[in-house]
Amino acid sequence: MSTDAVLYDHPGPRAKIRNAALTVVFGLVLLGLAYWVYAKFDEKGQWAGALWKPFTALSTWTDYILPGLGYTLGAAAVAMVLSLTFGIVFAVGRLSDHRWVRYPAGAVVEFFRAVPLLLLMFFIFFGVPFITEQPMSIFWAVVIGLTLYNGSVLAEAFRAGIHAVPRGQSEAAYALGMRKSQVMREVLVPQAARSMLPVIVSQMVVLVKDTALGYIISYSELLQMGVNNVAANFGNVVQAAIVVAAIFIVVNSILTALAGWLERRTRRSGRAPRTKGQPVPAGLVQTGEAAGD
Amino acid sequence: MDVFSDPYNVDVYVTGFLWILKLTAASTVGALVLGVLLAAMRVSPVPVLRGFGAAWVNVFRNTPLTLIIFFCYFGLFSTLGFSVSDEIDLNNYWLGVIGLSVYTAAFVCEAIRSGINTVPAGQAEAARAIGMSFRQTLTMIVLPQAGRAVVAPLGSIFIALSKNATIVGTIGLMESSNAMKELINANGDAVIPIFLVFAGTFAVVLIPAGYGFGWLANRLAVKR
Amino acid sequence: MRITRFAATFGALTMALAVAACGGGDSESGSSGGASGIVGKATNDKKLVIGVKADQPGLGLQTGSTYTGFDIEIGKIIAKGLGVEESGIEWKTTVSANREPYIQQGQVDLVVATYTINDERKKVVNFGGPYFIAGQDLLVPVDSTITGPEALKGKKVCSVSGSTPAKRIQTDYKDAQLQQFDSYSKCVTALAGGQVDAVTTDDIILAGYAAQEQYAGKFKVVGKPFSEEPYGIGLKKDDSEGCNKINEILKAAAADGSYKKAWDDSLGKSGTAAPELDTTKLANCA
Repeated sequence: MSTDAVLYDHPGPRAKIRNAALTVVFGLVLLGLAYWVYAKFDEKGQWAGALWKPFTALSTWTDYILPGLGYTLGAAAVAMVLSLTFGIVFAVGRLSDHRWVRYPAGAVVEFFRAVPLLLLMFFIFFGVPFITEQPMSIFWAVVIGLTLYNGSVLAEAFRAGIHAVPRGQSEAAYALGMRKSQVMREVLVPQAARSMLPVIVSQMVVLVKDTALGYIISYSELLQMGVNNVAANFGNVVQAAIVVAAIFIVVNSILTALAGWLERRTRRSGRAPRTKGQPVPAGLVQTGEAAGD
Repeated sequence: MDVFSDPYNVDVYVTGFLWILKLTAASTVGALVLGVLLAAMRVSPVPVLRGFGAAWVNVFRNTPLTLIIFFCYFGLFSTLGFSVSDEIDLNNYWLGVIGLSVYTAAFVCEAIRSGINTVPAGQAEAARAIGMSFRQTLTMIVLPQAGRAVVAPLGSIFIALSKNATIVGTIGLMESSNAMKELINANGDAVIPIFLVFAGTFAVVLIPAGYGFGWLANRLAVKR
Repeated sequence: MRITRFAATFGALTMALAVAACGGGDSESGSSGGASGIVGKATNDKKLVIGVKADQPGLGLQTGSTYTGFDIEIGKIIAKGLGVEESGIEWKTTVSANREPYIQQGQVDLVVATYTINDERKKVVNFGGPYFIAGQDLLVPVDSTITGPEALKGKKVCSVSGSTPAKRIQTDYKDAQLQQFDSYSKCVTALAGGQVDAVTTDDIILAGYAAQEQYAGKFKVVGKPFSEEPYGIGLKKDDSEGCNKINEILKAAAADGSYKKAWDDSLGKSGTAAPELDTTKLANCA
């Protein structure tokens, strides 16, 4: 059901007036709120030029923010690739016919989905070296943490996606004489991946945000560099955080827009799979997990 | 288990998880209420409301929770003067609840919106045909049906919420991530058992919770 | 290779479970001293990784890709004494909570990061120095009535989570309320905003903040240190050779004026005269 059209009629004269009134009232409330926030910030001197000035200096960007953004995106990019791989491998693992593959895969996925990433990263960095007897680099601790968590979430998404591919697809493939691995690899996974694209992307957004948790092991990501270090130099914690938040929003919006474009493209090419009943991506399985930080 | 034979350490562990529990409980309510309101805004006939809902979702969903919690302290409390209690822990707790609620509400809103999408158009059309208003259509016909479809995604959202509660530690609340940090700092030789206990506690509670929501979702699912 | 690693991990996990069940768990992971200590590393590789603070003005502050401050200068003196050029030093940001693990796991060779020598830490790491004696103090607004830690009853005090000052407030001044953040700059911001009544940590750290341009004239350090914090240079527990070598280098630095120069180039810029380095106290090596 496309929500906009069906829930209400085209507004008649009375409804138009009512909507206009609501618009004005709500708009005024919002403006009032915005002004209040502005005034309060002003009262506390948060708009003071000296606090914002560092952001007009190129060196602030080249010394802190851009390197921080680089570290954030670097860890995110590597973790994205790895967690997609992890996700596919473990989704297929959980669908295996062999119990000795299915159960361990299931246990791994369930465990890493249940443990807060903050604890996981902390442990990978401080605990794992006791096992491997080798120091763990901060970068890899962040990446591995991100991969285990997001990979597990993606594994569940893929599994649901594979389930949602119409049974006729695999039946036809078996009828052609394909083996199970072939059916998986050549028929089910590609279709599932395409139909789960929105879920994958929202998980990627989560992943980008989650790099911020690297602060717990002092990974020099955007929050560390752009907020803590900038503020240590200029004493403008609030301003720095506003700038960094804006950057995160822009980056993630670009990611989301990119996904929308990709989705439209695959749909137009007519190759997106038809799933039975309702589209899975609607969130039946996994949009929720995307709330995972 | 040496570490956990010391009553002080056990206390740190228990206090940590109690905070997580309290944060999760209050934020679940907050996020649910806010999220339903936002979803209603996003499907309403009033453009300003729709825009507001969309902006909320875009801003909060794309900002790291760490930063949102940070703004709750340095924006809401520090600058705007919002304060609940003079007691630091209690105040930070409520600031954390607000941060978690506004963040999670964005996800709840989106889940409900896609839940609304699963309700066949005929249902709303029939409701309008018998003369129901937007509010009636939404609250009596669409949301009850959508509600059943969103049990599963909401379940995972709230499970994620309970894990996200650890992030409130950034403003100093001694929740379980800070508790684990403290224990590890004091017992550097027992990192692995400490982690296993903390992670295990989450796993033992959240894995069954996940299956519980799945079971509930199956039971409640509207058979079409 | 893959199998062995998996087996190792699995074995370690089961071991961890066993450890969890029966306690203990001392891992003898540290390498032995001698050639593999910092002296050996410095002579062979001509490189050192030094852990420092990145967000403490005057002591260890990261400005762009460079680090500045007193701790950094001390780090350079030690490196030079070990025969490592400045270009051979890799600075690594550490925070209070991760200094011991960094040393134990070999993430860093040395830690010069406002690192207080105490018995608890001595159990896991070795300390050269002390190269400076700081004391816990309070940073308060200029018009504050707080005159010392006894006046903290019912007041809100901010410190960094997991730090010694935070612990001392928790145990010795229970009447005070403790706010913890992950960095002092957040504490100082909260102080400026009036959300906390005082920030507590070592006096020279506080002095560094008080001297920052944007806070000029707003804060004062109370000036009644209520603890003694001998700053040491942390290194691996079993590296006594390296530890003794560090003390020799410090002694030489006190004699040839390079210690004073380190001070004058960093904290001394605000006009405070350089302290005397008491070389008789350089006796913490295990």
